[in-house]
Amino acid sequence: MNRLDALRGTTPPKPHDARAIAALAANPGCARRALLDGAGIDKDATARHLGFPAPFGQSPFAITRGNAFEALVKADGCAELLRMLREVLELPVAEVAYHDVENVGAHLRHTHTRALIDRAARDEHDSGTIYDHPLLGLEIAGHTAYLEPDVVAFQLGGRFHIVEIKSFAVIDGQADPAAVAAAARQAAVYVLALRRMLRELGHDPLRVAHDVVLVCPENFANRPVATLVDVRRQLAVLERQLSRMTGLDRLVEGLPEELTFDLLPGEDGLPTRPAAELADALRRTTARYAPDCLSTCDLCFFCRDEARQEGACDLLGRQVRDELGGVASAEEALGLADGSRAPAEGQEEIARLLRTAERLRRECLA
Amino acid sequence: MSLLTSLARLRALEEGIAQPIATVRHCHLAERPMVLIPLRMSGEAAAPLAALLGTRRDDPRLLVVTQPRNRDLRFAWAADLAAELLPYIGSFLAGTETVERKNSDPYERVLDAPQILVPNQAGIAFIRLLGRSTRFRRAHGPYPVPPTVPLLGRWLTYFGERATHPGSSLMTAVTEELGRHWASGQSGLEDANLAALTAWITTGPSDDAEDPLVWPPAGPATDPGFDAEVLAPAIEAGAAERITEALRGQLEPTWRLMWQAVDLLRELPEGASVEQRWEQDRGSFSAMAQHIAEGAPPQARRDGAVAAASRLARMERAQAAYEVQRAYDDPLVMAEYRLTGEAFAGEVVETEPEHSEGEGRSRKLRPLVVVKTDDPVRLAPGTALGTPQRRAQGAQLVEARDGLVTVKITKGMGRGKTPAPGSVPEVGERVCYTSLTDDFQGSPALPEAEATPWTHGGPPREYAPSDEDALEEWS
Ligand code: SF4
Repeated sequence: MNRLDALRGTTPPKPHDARAIAALAANPGCARRALLDGAGIDKDATARHLGFPAPFGQSPFAITRGNAFEALVKADGCAELLRMLREVLELPVAEVAYHDVENVGAHLRHTHTRALIDRAARDEHDSGTIYDHPLLGLEIAGHTAYLEPDVVAFQLGGRFHIVEIKSFAVIDGQADPAAVAAAARQAAVYVLALRRMLRELGHDPLRVAHDVVLVCPENFANRPVATLVDVRRQLAVLERQLSRMTGLDRLVEGLPEELTFDLLPGEDGLPTRPAAELADALRRTTARYAPDCLSTCDLCFFCRDEARQEGACDLLGRQVRDELGGVASAEEALGLADGSRAPAEGQEEIARLLRTAERLRRECLA
Repeated sequence: MSLLTSLARLRALEEGIAQPIATVRHCHLAERPMVLIPLRMSGEAAAPLAALLGTRRDDPRLLVVTQPRNRDLRFAWAADLAAELLPYIGSFLAGTETVERKNSDPYERVLDAPQILVPNQAGIAFIRLLGRSTRFRRAHGPYPVPPTVPLLGRWLTYFGERATHPGSSLMTAVTEELGRHWASGQSGLEDANLAALTAWITTGPSDDAEDPLVWPPAGPATDPGFDAEVLAPAIEAGAAERITEALRGQLEPTWRLMWQAVDLLRELPEGASVEQRWEQDRGSFSAMAQHIAEGAPPQARRDGAVAAASRLARMERAQAAYEVQRAYDDPLVMAEYRLTGEAFAGEVVETEPEHSEGEGRSRKLRPLVVVKTDDPVRLAPGTALGTPQRRAQGAQLVEARDGLVTVKITKGMGRGKTPAPGSVPEVGERVCYTSLTDDFQGSPALPEAEATPWTHGGPPREYAPSDEDALEEWS
């Protein structure tokens, strides 16, 4: 058995979705996360079993609204979508074919998507087609992750575009920047997957545009509006991170032979592994907690707790950590500040600053 | 954030309680603030769900949209909100003073202005969107709304915009204000949680703060668990009473926290420049009221190019002034500049009050002061200096060497042969000098709006809201 599979043990692998893959790039320095994701471990279940469930609930209202909006955009064979695509891509398209890949049944979807895309890429007549519910694959650390985008791949003039439908509003031409950034990161995953598919099929991967079409409701109504978003930067980050994941072997090598994060699911599928034992196993891997984890990683509360116990400066945010340049724990920094600890080599400058800062605070608060 | 604040955060982490990073209060705090906690319907951009508001802690008003997808109920809610906020805003318009201006006509300024306190930045953003979704509505024609609704929209838009003006206190997020005065032992991101931040300041960190069952979120987003288990079934059942009570339960804990935050801030003595900034707020508020009284149209959907540029320039100046004023008002803020070498403080060890420069008629009094300091001074000879101890005074750095800094006073010591009494610090006095000075250039010469260059879209048209604006869906 492959070492990564051993880390997961008897627990079924959790398929990565685009969101999870996009989040891989969120904290590239974290070995713990790289290992868990590489082994296909269900981080959400792990966190719950550890007693640190992730704080990522979604309101049923938000889900309903999202589904309703997607249905609206895709209604009547994506008629509304086509209208917007014409506008935003400035295409003189009269007729466009519509292919719902979902009709073929789940197990065939990926092969079918592949065949359709291959045919489109070879097509000399170059007729436009919208592909609904395509199923793309992306290799993550030796496993193929299947991506079921709510996206549509649109092909015309020899170019493919990823379309992503989101239900956050664009108001007077502006949307929540965090939401747009997250959508761009996700769309980049689809672009990459589609590019790799084209390459495998012997076509030019760059026929997939790096401009994705983001469709959102406009203002306060349900009317959709499409915008082009350039995801080149997100693509670069993603590719770098994925290539690092193939270097997981080195991370695995440093781990004790018998180490596993197996939840040991019982007959009912519920974990039987003692939580304390699982926590110990996780602590054998190096985390790199940052407050950003609170919005990107299921394990955030577990890792934050660990950082608290260590009194790590990381708890206070990257800015504080950067300012303290190389002083890792609160205790160490405070020791340097009040002079009870002598600076190590290379710490002279930060120690001097901390001592001055401490003197100034005392003086002002006296 | 500065290293000084980082150190305070570390100390907070170690001691398990937040640490002060200010010795005075840097925001205005009204005698009768309007506390406003808005809740939004999840998944919607600006659909209101509820609000708890009021100027007295023992008398909050709860406004609820009991069927959040019903457009009429939504406008009725907006009208209810208007019925609470507009009289509050209007109550400040009666008392005014006449302000004389150079090169311009005198104008009337209110003696006091409203202050709206919201839990967090997201709350302010939501208020701005509420303003945007209501200000273009009309009282006549198809889909008429109560006339107070568009008026409310204009005010909410105004307050939302003014909230981005550095140093303004007309509408502020209390988490921001608390965070400007205390450093917690958690990250800035987590400080946006009102319950968590107040716990750090008062009793020490508490895991309950993140438990939505103990401390429901301070809005505008609701707890997804609450949505799923309580709100959705109640809406499904059409149980208006149940919805109202459930939302009251979600809002009341935050209401208590808001007033606790007001108490915490009120305990701090007010900084010396707060009144001056509040005066500007009063002026801005008066101008807006005047605007509305004169029948000007609602704020445009987007600023024109000139308006945007001059707004940016105004904000930059306000930011610079705010930073200087806070440092002058508060030694703990000034300490940040002492740490970076842009300010120094210490004891006067030597003076030469009658030192002068030049001969004959051009002879000028230039008193010299030598200050002994432990601070790492990084200022070049000739640098212009100011001092919080004598704000009208101007000075110049002569030299800094071995912890002794010689300063030459150039302004604010009178016109006589000898300095005016008290204008030159005496030996033994503690003083602070800094290169930060409240000396700003006037506004850059931007063209008048009518003269917008064509490269920037040509002269803007006065924004005339269209029928489409008025009929815009709100779903
Ligand atoms: S929460 Fe933990 S495992 Fe996840 S990225 Fe952060 S440090 Fe790594």
